[in-house]
Amino acid sequence: MPRIYLALFLALLPLVVLTQACSLERVKPWERDLLAEKKMQLDPHPLESGLDEHIYFSKEASSGGAGVGGGGCGCN
Amino acid sequence: MQLKKSLHAKKTTPVKKPLQGKKPLHVKKPKSISGALATATCALLGTHLPHPAAASEPFKNWEYDSALLYYSEQDRVTAVEPVISARNDMGNDQFLNFKFVVDALSGASANGAVPADKTQTFSGPSGQKSYSVAPNETPLDPTFEDTRFAANVLWEKPTSRYLKALLGANFSTETDYTSLGVSATFTYDANNKNTTLSAGASFSHDTVSPIGGAPDPFTEVPTSSTSGGENEGDDDGEGGEGEGGETKNVTDLLFGVTQVLSRHTLTQFNYSIGQSSGYLTDPYKLLTVVDPVTGDLVPAVDPNNTYRYLHERRPDSRTRQSVYWKTNHQFTDDVVYLTYRYYWDDWDVKSHTVDLRYRYELGRHHYLQPHARYYQQTAANFYRYYLVDGEPLPQYASADYRLGDMTTTTFGLLYGAELGKNSEFTFRAEYMKQSNQGYPADAIGKLRDYNLSPDVKAIILQASYNVKF
Repeated sequence: MPRIYLALFLALLPLVVLTQACSLERVKPWERDLLAEKKMQLDPHPLESGLDEHIYFSKEASSGGAGVGGGGCGCN
Repeated sequence: MQLKKSLHAKKTTPVKKPLQGKKPLHVKKPKSISGALATATCALLGTHLPHPAAASEPFKNWEYDSALLYYSEQDRVTAVEPVISARNDMGNDQFLNFKFVVDALSGASANGAVPADKTQTFSGPSGQKSYSVAPNETPLDPTFEDTRFAANVLWEKPTSRYLKALLGANFSTETDYTSLGVSATFTYDANNKNTTLSAGASFSHDTVSPIGGAPDPFTEVPTSSTSGGENEGDDDGEGGEGEGGETKNVTDLLFGVTQVLSRHTLTQFNYSIGQSSGYLTDPYKLLTVVDPVTGDLVPAVDPNNTYRYLHERRPDSRTRQSVYWKTNHQFTDDVVYLTYRYYWDDWDVKSHTVDLRYRYELGRHHYLQPHARYYQQTAANFYRYYLVDGEPLPQYASADYRLGDMTTTTFGLLYGAELGKNSEFTFRAEYMKQSNQGYPADAIGKLRDYNLSPDVKAIILQASYNVKF
């Protein structure tokens, strides 16, 4: 049972964060220097993420979440 | 007046440049003057000067990404996986991405049977190679070998100032499996680009052509090359059936929002729902039928076989859902990446995944990135360690450990170095361990003495090189 609460908490956390974000000061275009860096991209190493997703897709019962597409595999 | 102004502007720009640059003034000057003169002439004639790089533009602005992955499980599967991707900046924020992957696999994998105090013999999927498993050992099929080729193309195209489309197609093929898919994702920038909404859909049509034909579910597994021929052949009851084998359709939908929280923080939240339908059974996995009292192997019904093992059977549809949350936060220089996913499906698999990476800057051009991942899943409602002789068959059953209660932990370290302005090298080493409930409380007889689902341990090594022209 506590696991369900943990899941609910973690699932709702981003919504709370996003709601809070509305009250935050907007980041101006000229303040995006750090966000524009490669290391601040949502996926700075797409090849590595692709390989990891493939490994875990073939070794676990869960998959997806980060995006759509990418291709099938007979490994699972 | 305007013409005069434009002439002046075109003339001054090239002359100014060499003065700022490091090259000697006389090297650049004649070219610049001729260029300026040509521009001036065109301006006077009212024609447009072609962009100097226009002719070769499609071959310029390429970014290449390559990686070589080595994955090795202790006593089981080994995979070598080279990947290359190329991304072309077509201008106007349009990009074309190509990706090719080769996945060479070999080694042994668990066939689903339980250990026993006798030698167990199985025939390989082709019916040709048979293999024996020593007493008290976990049955692993050592005949597993395959090479997968996958190609992916993705076109990123802005359709308006705020809207962008990402259209993709992918194809992959291996000995017994082919997949063909398309995907489309649209992103919409709002709130001064501080919020991005995304919606994506993908569809893939896969063909499964098991070696020796798809076995009928819950039929007896032949244990030697001369037995059980009548059980093999195209399945006529399960999933979709195509001319070249069984088929499977996979549809996925994703809705997401990405929010800039501050100059240092970015967060993303996605909800995904997907459905797989058709042949979802693993044609190579089987279940042992055991004695209800002793837990011992029972003799096969077919006199040509030794003991009784049945082919597994899974439902022909699966609905998957997940919520995914990712946050990147940059400290002074270091960056922390935190991801959490909650996944659930109608096979009753529920899972939590937490992934944490910390990029620690060693200096201006290189960094270390420790990585920890924790994954925990509940078993599918038809997961069984074995079937019991004399009991009625369940509707579905699989002894594939990947559908059981399981925990995966991964620890790794990545080293990255920027080699010049436009290239980067990374190397990572990781250790992965999968732990299952190997000793179920309700195990029968002798089976209590065996670990019915031993840990799987693997190492992952990867070297990558990225270069931009």
